[in-house]
Amino acid sequence: MDYFAQQLINGLVLGSIYGLIAIGYTMVYGIVGMINFAHGDVFMIGGFIALITFLILISLGLTAIPVILLVVLLVSMAITALYGWTIERIAYRPLRHSFRLAPMLSAIGMSFVLTNYSQVAQGARVKPIPPVITGGYTLHESADGFVIQLSNIQIIVVITTIVLLAIFTWLVSRTRLGRDMRACEQDQTMAALLGVDVDRTISMTFVIGAALAAVAGLMYLLYYGLVDFFMGFVAGIKAFTAAVLGGIGSLPGAMLGGLAIGLIETFWSAYFSVEYKDVAAFSILIVVLIFMPTGLLGRPEVEKV
Amino acid sequence: MTATPHNATNASRTAGIPFLLKTAFINAAIALVLFSLMVGIRTEAGSDGQLTYWTRFGDLAWLVAAVFGGSIVIELLRQWIGPTGAEKLVPASVQSGVSFIGRYLAPALLIFTLLVPVIFYNQRYILDLAILVLTYVMLGWGLNVVVGLAGLLDLGYVAFYAVGAYSYGLLATSFGWSFWICLPLAGILAAFWGVLLGFPVLRLRGDYLAIVTLAFGEIIRLVIINWQSLTGGPNGVSGIPRPTFFGIPLDNSDDGLAAKLGIEYSPTHRIVFLFYLILALALLTNWVTIRLRRLPIGRAWEALREDEVACRALGINTTTTKLTAFATGAMFGGFAGAFFATRQGFISPESFTFQESALVLAIVVLGGMGSQLGVALAALTMIGGFELFRSLESYRMLVFGMAMVLIMIWRPRGIIGHRAPTVYLTKAQAISSDLVKEGHG
Repeated sequence: MDYFAQQLINGLVLGSIYGLIAIGYTMVYGIVGMINFAHGDVFMIGGFIALITFLILISLGLTAIPVILLVVLLVSMAITALYGWTIERIAYRPLRHSFRLAPMLSAIGMSFVLTNYSQVAQGARVKPIPPVITGGYTLHESADGFVIQLSNIQIIVVITTIVLLAIFTWLVSRTRLGRDMRACEQDQTMAALLGVDVDRTISMTFVIGAALAAVAGLMYLLYYGLVDFFMGFVAGIKAFTAAVLGGIGSLPGAMLGGLAIGLIETFWSAYFSVEYKDVAAFSILIVVLIFMPTGLLGRPEVEKV
Repeated sequence: MTATPHNATNASRTAGIPFLLKTAFINAAIALVLFSLMVGIRTEAGSDGQLTYWTRFGDLAWLVAAVFGGSIVIELLRQWIGPTGAEKLVPASVQSGVSFIGRYLAPALLIFTLLVPVIFYNQRYILDLAILVLTYVMLGWGLNVVVGLAGLLDLGYVAFYAVGAYSYGLLATSFGWSFWICLPLAGILAAFWGVLLGFPVLRLRGDYLAIVTLAFGEIIRLVIINWQSLTGGPNGVSGIPRPTFFGIPLDNSDDGLAAKLGIEYSPTHRIVFLFYLILALALLTNWVTIRLRRLPIGRAWEALREDEVACRALGINTTTTKLTAFATGAMFGGFAGAFFATRQGFISPESFTFQESALVLAIVVLGGMGSQLGVALAALTMIGGFELFRSLESYRMLVFGMAMVLIMIWRPRGIIGHRAPTVYLTKAQAISSDLVKEGHG
């Protein structure tokens, strides 16, 4: 039971990170109808920028960890958001009215560009950082000495995710931008006719998605203590799986799917085999798409001619 | 990476120098922010595991300057060429010249390919490269059935390549079966896996299908890595037997082909044999594809690519049609895999990564999705280009990615090829008014 509870905590933390990435996929898919294949790499770039900012701040002699983390968060969100904006501008916007596979292929190309760009710019080796946030709480200690640990970093990851999700839900449901986004999702032409700046709205979608991916990158960096240039690929596919599982286009669905994938992966590693945890996650993607193509919270797709 | 935000309607008209400079300046500023940390700062883990960093502001300045200059050049080019959507008028003489070249290019290339081992007999490097190019031509033609003809985006094609390679590798090393028995088996097994995957997922729409095939490719690779008792895991399968000339080995022994023919043995014989083997396999793929295109099933593939809803309305069973395309493509992937295994003599999961899938897909896309000649030329260009820049390992993947994006923007239908349906109506038919009068009931 204790082992189970510990795995539950670990799974929820991992799931929060996947959920943050998955939101970027689901938003873009909802509005533009394309799989932003490069989104996993945007997450990776976010992790790298967080790492570099962190290093600079440390070497400048700052010691207050909360201040450092706040600055790192803001810098990595801002720069990664600019990456998201630029990617949309260069690789996707010219293709908006092209044939349906074109944006996907362009996104695959962009993914290669980002992966190899960071490999060339920062080297292929794994970049570790010393643990930044240490300590935690012992929730329960069983008779045989097994301890359920809840570390501070785990708390921070979950709380950050909840706060961001609250801000984000408010943004989509209450603000002008959110209304524009929902309008574009339903009918771009009609939205444009009614005075919504479609280009700007789509750009903002990419910016927000990239900013959330940057947060996920920072959380990943703090939680695992390392980044490398290849981490975006697998994380990207898993986050996409999460988005599909939750029902693509649905924001609560993305978070729910993220948690589900995080839990499945953690429990699979804990009770079956670590080697096949990715196989389990990918198999779930296939099974979900076969039996439940609309996902948990998605709407059925209406086919238009 | 040149950021070129522009407004298409403005760019062609407001050509003034202030506009140019303003655009370039904004782009350079964006580039400065983008590259500031990633390029300006270089991090590396030291020997004690501590990260250190140093600055590279010189490189950063160069990059930003390049973006500044590049965006001026691009903007000028855009103004000279005009709007990208405009139809260009090509003189009739040029058009007939192009079609003349198009008609004779394929036979000329084929004859040249047949003569390659004769011309470059003593240049082992060129022969090896030619075999590699032909392998990718074959993979491209195989994937072309799926992507180019049926319009299904398959991102896990390498899975079938792997199935073929491992089928031959394992059957040959465990049971000692010969290449010529294993070759069809490899194709059948790959096709079987194609059906197994395709049957449930082919109902999905295009981009979901892409992700599922990608996941499948990763699953196959992970299973190969982890199922160590069968596949040898990351160490791969080694000692895969070389192909024989229908049972006669191509070696220095007394029953070798050289001894039987009474000529002096040379290791080049095997290379030349491999060359003609892959050429024959590739031509088989091409021939089957061309023949299939003329059959109802091939027509159905192309119709499916153009409009799936219309296909269903016309009573085409889309699932079966997609499945046949998927299985046919997978089978050729399996053949190519078996050839790859016998040529290398060693296979490991490293050869079957997603990059390989993307490379083959890029060949098909570059070649114009559906054009056989285009795919062959694209394979030649890509693999040749990769060889030329072999020393710049990571830069070439960077360039490869950029090329993919640029080609999608510039010529989404491929550089060389032109995707045309095999059948179309040649003349507009006048429809009698009896047929179109208002219906009753």
